[in-house]
Amino acid sequence: MEQFSDSNHNHDKKPDRKEKKSLTSKFRGNLKYQKYLFVYTCLLLPIIFYLGIRILPTLFTFNVGFRDWNLLSTDIQPFVGFENYVTLFKDEVFIKSIFNTLIYIVLGVSGQLLFGIVVALLLHKINRFVGFFRVIYFIPYVTSIVAISWVFQWILMGNGIINDVLINLGLPPQPFLNSPDQAIYVIIGAMIWQSIGFQMILFLAGLENIPEMLYEAANIDGASSWQKFWHVTLPLLNPTIVFSAVIGTITFIQVSFTQVVNMSMDGSGGPLDSTISVVVYIYQLAFRQFDMGLASAATVILFLFILALTIFQMKVLTKKFDY
Amino acid sequence: MYRKWQFMLLGILLLLVLAACSGGEEDSSSDAKTDESEGADGEITLEYWQYSFDSKVTLMDELIAEFEEANPGIKVEQTNFPYDQYNEQVAAQVPAGRGPDVINLFYGWVPTYVDAGYLQPLPQDAFPHDEIESEFFPLVEATKMDGEYWTIPTAVRTLALFYNKDLFEEAGLDPESPPTTWEELEDYAVQLTKADDSGRLEQSGMAWEPAQQGHQWLRDGLTIQAGGQVLSEDRKDVVWADDPAGLEAFKYWLSFPTDLGTSEQGFYTDDVTAFVTEKAAMNIDGSFRIGTLQSDAPDLNYAVAPLPGKDAQSTNSSFWTNGITAGVEGEKLEAATKFLEFLTSDDVMERWLDATGELPAKEAVAMQDKYVNDEIYGPFIESLPFANAHFFVDETKERDLVIDAANKVLMEGMDPEEAFNELVESTQELYDAYWSDK
Repeated sequence: MEQFSDSNHNHDKKPDRKEKKSLTSKFRGNLKYQKYLFVYTCLLLPIIFYLGIRILPTLFTFNVGFRDWNLLSTDIQPFVGFENYVTLFKDEVFIKSIFNTLIYIVLGVSGQLLFGIVVALLLHKINRFVGFFRVIYFIPYVTSIVAISWVFQWILMGNGIINDVLINLGLPPQPFLNSPDQAIYVIIGAMIWQSIGFQMILFLAGLENIPEMLYEAANIDGASSWQKFWHVTLPLLNPTIVFSAVIGTITFIQVSFTQVVNMSMDGSGGPLDSTISVVVYIYQLAFRQFDMGLASAATVILFLFILALTIFQMKVLTKKFDY
Repeated sequence: MYRKWQFMLLGILLLLVLAACSGGEEDSSSDAKTDESEGADGEITLEYWQYSFDSKVTLMDELIAEFEEANPGIKVEQTNFPYDQYNEQVAAQVPAGRGPDVINLFYGWVPTYVDAGYLQPLPQDAFPHDEIESEFFPLVEATKMDGEYWTIPTAVRTLALFYNKDLFEEAGLDPESPPTTWEELEDYAVQLTKADDSGRLEQSGMAWEPAQQGHQWLRDGLTIQAGGQVLSEDRKDVVWADDPAGLEAFKYWLSFPTDLGTSEQGFYTDDVTAFVTEKAAMNIDGSFRIGTLQSDAPDLNYAVAPLPGKDAQSTNSSFWTNGITAGVEGEKLEAATKFLEFLTSDDVMERWLDATGELPAKEAVAMQDKYVNDEIYGPFIESLPFANAHFFVDETKERDLVIDAANKVLMEGMDPEEAFNELVESTQELYDAYWSDK
């Protein structure tokens, strides 16, 4: 802070300057302003970056969604109003993809939370090999999704190991990823398995934050284990649950792309579009059919969808618990 | 003093960031054109794009060096993208005003690119229509639209029957006499199939994958073999269902995974893997697979035969083809034309076959004895005169429709006739949409 030492001397000159100079001298003259200016400028840089590569393109998407926009064409892209939206809502595949996305989120996120809490509670109880188990559960999360997807494909194929086990148990072999009825659940299962590690970490941190004395008090009152879980652990984990649900939903919408592309039998949400998610469909519209207009309109719908879902989650799940 | 510097630095940083953000929108298209086309001494640089396929990229590097030597003042730069991301990468460069001058495209994508105004017709003085039509195999007409040729290939590929000789012998079949008719193919497939007690396939007699070459086999192979056609002469109507041959071909195609029980979709993940690992005894695949088989399965004892036919012989053909993009003009266009002439010269075609396994696109080059009598390439070349390249208005969608039609029958138990009619109907919708604004 040595460099600011002479600034106090300038302080008195300030009021006599012209209007234009007064602002600069104001900053020059005041240590407090200077500090703020520096801090705000530093904070501003990422914002400008963020504006440039996130916010502006996002806003631009709204514009593109109202146009007949061929990605390969350099001509003027005509304005078509809501035509893209109308086309999308008449498009069976798009409706299917929205419906699938809902299944992915509802089953996937609740599964993630459930298994995350269970694993965290179990790990919270043990004292030995804690690190070992944490590693075991966390490894899938840091493994490449593509690699995992392909291993699952091999495990689950008609002549794969799971069907061998089923047959040895006297059960009929299952088509799994080759069946429009089963494929989506198989993919959700793989996604849940992969994200347990992340949820486990969040919930372990949440559990650490619950004061031991609340359990002691509950013990004195003669509460059963279930009552302790239901009335102490769960309410105090609420902030973690809300956070996990929101983050889980958003990441689920994102990763449902990689998983679906790599696990579905035709690499694009098959069989019979049974596993297609909105993001996969947006990708196909934009980069397979070059229809940026439709793709952007679909993106806007997805945006509104996530927005509504997040608000819903915040409102419904967030509750204040005071002990 | 220190303070002043601090402010200046911050100011510069801010300006830089702002410039970086705004620059992309307006300026790039103009400076891209001026920067790239001409160097300081009037040297012309052509940007050539093709997908990453090792043997093609290496050969192209050699060819470019020769071309540059023969044509001083012209430089060619090659850029490659993985096949899966090719369209995406091309598309991403268009709004930025950057991109290739000469581009290598899959023929099925060309209508989409022409439609978007991305390509310009080949200059007729260098590539007169009658010359193209007399020298090249007629299948190159798949990229003739609005009376213009938009692209020209160096090489083409055909589909043929790959079969595993060892598995033939094991099943008591003669590896020197592969199936030549539909009935024989059925018969062979059944004999080559093994299943366990629970009915699970252990060895597939015939690999069957609509998402791979299966949809091509159905359209350009089976349908025409049975005496049908997919498209009308003017390419506007899907006449697939007008002749009973269309449905007959569709049913025959589906009989492998259904009635005959010789095949299964996704068997050992896909047809190529199944054939390489000797889990599938026969497969319909293209000449482009030979390189993969040589490198991935050097010990595989296989042979190739022309596709089994019915009333007529027919096979599918496809090709990667070169076009000039719309913005290229003047001296640069001359250079691009020269480059295309070089790429379609007889000599380059011969070397292309040796290096990549793709067949010469000119009849006179392809039908030389040394190629026709080649053990591996022979059957592919032999098939060229009766090869057909379906005109796609949207390759991805048309492929998906065939896959869906098959899955409706296989997974949802739909009646094949109903699935076929739906396929024809929805394909017609694609064509109606394509032609509606022409």
